[in-house]
Amino acid sequence: MLSTPLVLAASFAYLLLLFGIAHYADGRGRQGRSLINNAWVYALSIGVYCTAWTYYGSVGRAASSGLWFLPIYLGPTLGMLLAWTVLRKMIRIARRDRITSIADFIASRYGKSRALAALVTLIALVGILPYVALQLKAIASGLALLTGSPGTAGPWWQDSTLYIALLLAGFTIAFGARHLDSSERHEGMVAAIAFESLVKLLAFVAVGVFVCWGMFAGPGEIFTRAADRTDLAPLLGLGGGEHFAAAQWFALTLLAMLSVFLLPRQFQMLVVENTDERHLKRLSWAFPLYLLLINLFVLPIALGGLLHFGSGRANAETFVLSLPLALDSPGLALLAFIGGLSAATGMIIVEAIAVATMVSNDLAMPLLLRAQRGSPRDVSALPLAVRRTVIVALLLLGYLYFRVAGEAYALVSIGLISFAAVAQFAPALFGGMYWKGGTRAGALAGLAAGFALWAWTLLLPSIAKSGWLPAAFLAHGPFGIALLRPEQLFGLAGFDNLTHALLWSLLANAGLYVAVSLARAPTGREAAQALRFVDAMHDAGHDVGHDSGARPVAWRGAGGSDELRALAARFLGVDSARRLLADFARRRGGSPAAPDAELVNQLETQLAGAIGSASARAAVASVVEEETLAPDDVLRMLDETSEVRALNRQLASLDRLKDDFMSSVTHELRTPLTSIRAFAELMRDDPQMDPAQRQHFVDLIVAESERLSRLVNQVLDMAKIESGHAEWRNETIDLAALVAHAVETTAAGFQARGITVTVEAPAQVPALHADRDRILQVLLNLLSNAAKFAPQDGGRVTVRLQADAREARIEVRDNGPGVPPEQQRLVFEKFRQGGDARARPQGTGLGLPISRQIVEHYGGRMWLHSTPGEGACFGFALPWHAEETKP
Amino acid sequence: MRSSKRRSQPATLLRQRLLALFAAGWLALNFPLLAVWDHPVRIGGLPLLPLAVFGGWALLIALAAWIAESGADD
Repeated sequence: MLSTPLVLAASFAYLLLLFGIAHYADGRGRQGRSLINNAWVYALSIGVYCTAWTYYGSVGRAASSGLWFLPIYLGPTLGMLLAWTVLRKMIRIARRDRITSIADFIASRYGKSRALAALVTLIALVGILPYVALQLKAIASGLALLTGSPGTAGPWWQDSTLYIALLLAGFTIAFGARHLDSSERHEGMVAAIAFESLVKLLAFVAVGVFVCWGMFAGPGEIFTRAADRTDLAPLLGLGGGEHFAAAQWFALTLLAMLSVFLLPRQFQMLVVENTDERHLKRLSWAFPLYLLLINLFVLPIALGGLLHFGSGRANAETFVLSLPLALDSPGLALLAFIGGLSAATGMIIVEAIAVATMVSNDLAMPLLLRAQRGSPRDVSALPLAVRRTVIVALLLLGYLYFRVAGEAYALVSIGLISFAAVAQFAPALFGGMYWKGGTRAGALAGLAAGFALWAWTLLLPSIAKSGWLPAAFLAHGPFGIALLRPEQLFGLAGFDNLTHALLWSLLANAGLYVAVSLARAPTGREAAQALRFVDAMHDAGHDVGHDSGARPVAWRGAGGSDELRALAARFLGVDSARRLLADFARRRGGSPAAPDAELVNQLETQLAGAIGSASARAAVASVVEEETLAPDDVLRMLDETSEVRALNRQLASLDRLKDDFMSSVTHELRTPLTSIRAFAELMRDDPQMDPAQRQHFVDLIVAESERLSRLVNQVLDMAKIESGHAEWRNETIDLAALVAHAVETTAAGFQARGITVTVEAPAQVPALHADRDRILQVLLNLLSNAAKFAPQDGGRVTVRLQADAREARIEVRDNGPGVPPEQQRLVFEKFRQGGDARARPQGTGLGLPISRQIVEHYGGRMWLHSTPGEGACFGFALPWHAEETKP
Repeated sequence: MRSSKRRSQPATLLRQRLLALFAAGWLALNFPLLAVWDHPVRIGGLPLLPLAVFGGWALLIALAAWIAESGADD
């Protein structure tokens, strides 16, 4: 026996240590040196799965049925192998939408339904509250055993369990409900929970080592002696192949596998408190390893206790404490008690945070907001106050439950009953993550039916077995209707009550979920959320910031920015609201923008972090005029989307063209640059160069430089015209005079090559309204082309100007080699020079494309007729009256 | 523009390996394979069935650790 003050002092010292650790970790988190951003800490913190029910209950279970304690841990081991697939998706979704509880998650999937959120919260609350009571009972009975006191016999104000409960409420508030935005992680709380996981593991292993090697000569001796006892030998097997309750083993494994994802505290630690999804890789084996280690000594302790005390003489659930006490090791007993305390407190703390978030967001806040609808006052402090109140209330209710029903069957068996309650979330949650067809009505129907059957087949029997309902109800059914007997519903017998309940409830749940969902097509909002959930892994947002990821597909809304600001201020506080809006405006790069769908959406996401997505949805809907989405709207949106896709494709091809153009330009620029550099280097390396040679090189450099600057000018010109930035100085021009002027300008070049030029033009042509310099540029370009390709000495070039009522046509014909048919189309493209390579150095390859751009700018067209060997004829036509068109 | 297609691949190697291990674990730690070990035999003083269950469990964890930490990404 230990003295009560000593045990209490140790307990409170341990809790104070938790405060210290949490405080330290919170500080580290604020400095940006997070303790919990670590895969090992994350995996340890998931050890919250092992509660006092594990710590004491596993030994009890093993003492009565051998290996049957194991499925509860094999299930999570298997479940964790899916972490990288399933959990990662849940984390992505939750982070993107600031989802902070499992009720929020499910409600959000089905169009942010408030009814669904409330139902999930209710199920969680009913399922979890007794579980919290069980933890308090474990603490109380451990305390009683250790100190030899009569336990809960005294008046309530002398019960130290009450004070432990209140201290836990304090801890939970201090480290779990200090901020409003619960998508900010609870660094301190997570660090404390990870530490608790370590403590309970070490304490349990210490007791195991003590039993195996301190009391006996090793596990071999325990098992050998147990095998020799006819009452203990069956605990080492499964009752032989034929008697093995395969269905029950399977059901327990499945149940535990679902619970490890669906218990509110598991969702809190796995999803909400996750700092980095890469930690899931470590988790997928480290947490199973933790489970294996904490279970390694369960069987030896159970058998050792049975051997020591004799079976049926002592409560097997407290072997962990009673064995060290019986062997006069009070220190170890105290350590074991602290281990049990850590298992119980860890569960209580996290469950309280998780359930309080749900209750305040999905039950309390909607009611409070409805009660004071229309009053515009600031309620930003309300969610936090509500959450804290709920935490205290939850712990006090748990304590009350334990005081009233402490010894009842209903409490002892509650562990698995709780598991079965939260397992009802599975169809709606996992179905919603992988099936787009699930609807709100389907989820509601499934959950309601599953919950009702769970209550009928598990909860009511447990109450009846506690003596609070007539036993005849179990044996003969309500009003003597045998078909409705809770544990043999519709005559289904041959299963234990848990498997029986799980079978019926999940069958009805999943069946109704699918059937009702298929009864009608999802609404616009449901379909939009379905898309966001099912396709969450395909989002562009590979980084996991909350801004990333797809915007809602379906969202239309408009509202005044004043209303939005008031709404934000109401829930987030004036300062936060101002910061949020200013932030948004800055990111948009503008003044406080008009509220568009994106602002509304962001505000809703922020509010969701504070008051839950369903309440946020309702709050935003109250100020933003929102039209319900008809199927037509969705179709139109899809149309818009495909339009956007087409535009995107177009952009992509333009992008490729631009790339091609750039590489051509660089190539063209490099050619003259290379020769300039080559000649310059030759002259530098040979100072004694012949002056004539030197002069020739300098001439070449000058010529190449000219070509280079011409090229640069033309590229700029081209870019200007293409982008629509070119200036067009339109004036009235006389085309005949312009043609004559152009021929005159190029006459020297033709003469030098012995080419005769003939001009055929009517005496009078109507005036044209265009940019004189640009048209001249086109003419000069065609003429210089002709000069290049007409044969030297004997070349003939004809320039013909014609005018009709509609347009003016100008043709330049030469008697050169002509353009081969396969090249005719290409000459108007950038950097595609016609003719053979010998002619290349003289041109830039941009003349014809620019000319064509100019002609097309005035609504005209440009062409080339050529028969190889008989010369080429370039021509263009300009309409007299043309609307200027952008090229 | 030219974003990689890698992201939208439905099942990567790591995920497939873990899924396969998941299936193997379900089979190994359930009826009827579990019943294979259900004999009153002791190895080094330790009964066969618990030894097999814990051994299979440990093997599952070791394989998971090997797969998850082997550096395969995504």
